[in-house]
Amino acid sequence: MKIKYDRDACQGHNRCYMLAPELFDTDDEGYAILLVDGEIPSELEEKARLAADNCPEFAIEVIDD
Amino acid sequence: MPDVPRPPVKDWATDFDHTHPDYAANAPAILDELRETCPVAHTDRFGGAWLPTRHDDVARIAKDHEHFSSQGIIVTDWRPEEPAPMGYAPPITSDPPFHAIARRFLLEFFSPKAIDGWEETARTTCRELIAQIKESDDEVVDVATAYAQHIPVRVIADMLDLPREDGDKFRVFIHRILEEPGQNTVDDWGETLEFYLQEKIAERRENLGDDLMSYLIKADIEGMALLDEHVRGTIALLIIAGIDTTWSALGSSLWHLAQNPDHRRRWTEDPAVQPFAIEEFLRFYAPVTMARLVAKDVEIGGCPMHVGDWTLLSFPAANRDPDAFERADEFIIDRQRNRHSAFGLGIHRCIGSNLARMELRVALEEWMAAFPDFELADPDAVTWSTGQVRGPRRMPFRLPH
Repeated sequence: MKIKYDRDACQGHNRCYMLAPELFDTDDEGYAILLVDGEIPSELEEKARLAADNCPEFAIEVIDD
Repeated sequence: MPDVPRPPVKDWATDFDHTHPDYAANAPAILDELRETCPVAHTDRFGGAWLPTRHDDVARIAKDHEHFSSQGIIVTDWRPEEPAPMGYAPPITSDPPFHAIARRFLLEFFSPKAIDGWEETARTTCRELIAQIKESDDEVVDVATAYAQHIPVRVIADMLDLPREDGDKFRVFIHRILEEPGQNTVDDWGETLEFYLQEKIAERRENLGDDLMSYLIKADIEGMALLDEHVRGTIALLIIAGIDTTWSALGSSLWHLAQNPDHRRRWTEDPAVQPFAIEEFLRFYAPVTMARLVAKDVEIGGCPMHVGDWTLLSFPAANRDPDAFERADEFIIDRQRNRHSAFGLGIHRCIGSNLARMELRVALEEWMAAFPDFELADPDAVTWSTGQVRGPRRMPFRLPH
């Protein structure tokens, strides 16, 4: 599984940071920073899905292999 | 109370009035019915206003800055005189490109990590209020006024370094501006929010600190200090937008818990559910409806919107749209897919969302730890606010000793 994060769509709701801090940090202005490059460790797949399913701006997409 | 009682609503699809007491009492049912029967409602009141109730329409309007201006965000009988793109309370009343400038220097104060620093203030406030309620030994307590309303007031007062005792004044300003917009006349300039802020800002200029008000006074845009009306407008916004809204979300959450013992139990016995429960409270009881002024003629849901019309942005309606949420009309305490828009959508996403969410979480944690069981003393005694912020304003609970 991979994550696609669209910085232009992100409005800083911070839902991903709260649900999946292993995968997302936030910058000083509260916009998300994707921490993982490439394949998501399998134990974090559920959190990745949660982050995508709770982003009000549809800025996060998970891509299953 | 309004100077003139609002005339009764003849038909919610063609004559809606969100400032009418009937709306306050029944908003969710009214919005659900409109979505089914007339998804973009209209009224000739307020000089012409629309009420879209589908998630897609609300999202489209929130993200369309060409046809919709934020110059006006509270629906009133008149149109605001302050010109775009700044508006009277930047950045909420600002349009692009000025909006991004006015928003950007506030963001660092409201990022999740900055808000962590205020959690202790919120928690101490909650514990003090709970101690007072326990000491009073009253069996019936109005939790809307004895608990919920004080928490956001104290935190924002501390952030701005304003006296907490001014909280009562804030609430009068807010009530006048948000709940009965344009329905009260204030003859005494000395009793207005503008006058209050003018005084406080003048005092602060002589005695700058590291609080948010001082920061705004010191801030600049490309080397130029902010205009006085910019500083005043932004502080007015922080006071008005941060208090009624959080008070409402917390009040509604407690109202829900009072009537749902199974959800109280789940909250207490299964702490992992709490973050999901908080987002579901925000979805199901989203307190805030925003508004826009139509800046260019446009069609939404087949309805012709004309320049100068108002349109409400009903996030509460969007949050209950079955096309956007599974089992939208049910409160699901552990809802896993919850793209609610309680804090808005697009570039105007509530700047205080992290603060509000922290206050809601802390206030519920502390309340539930102190009172795991409670109930409404009299369901009919609960009153709800009118206007664009909806929450319980009187809510007597029976508390066990």
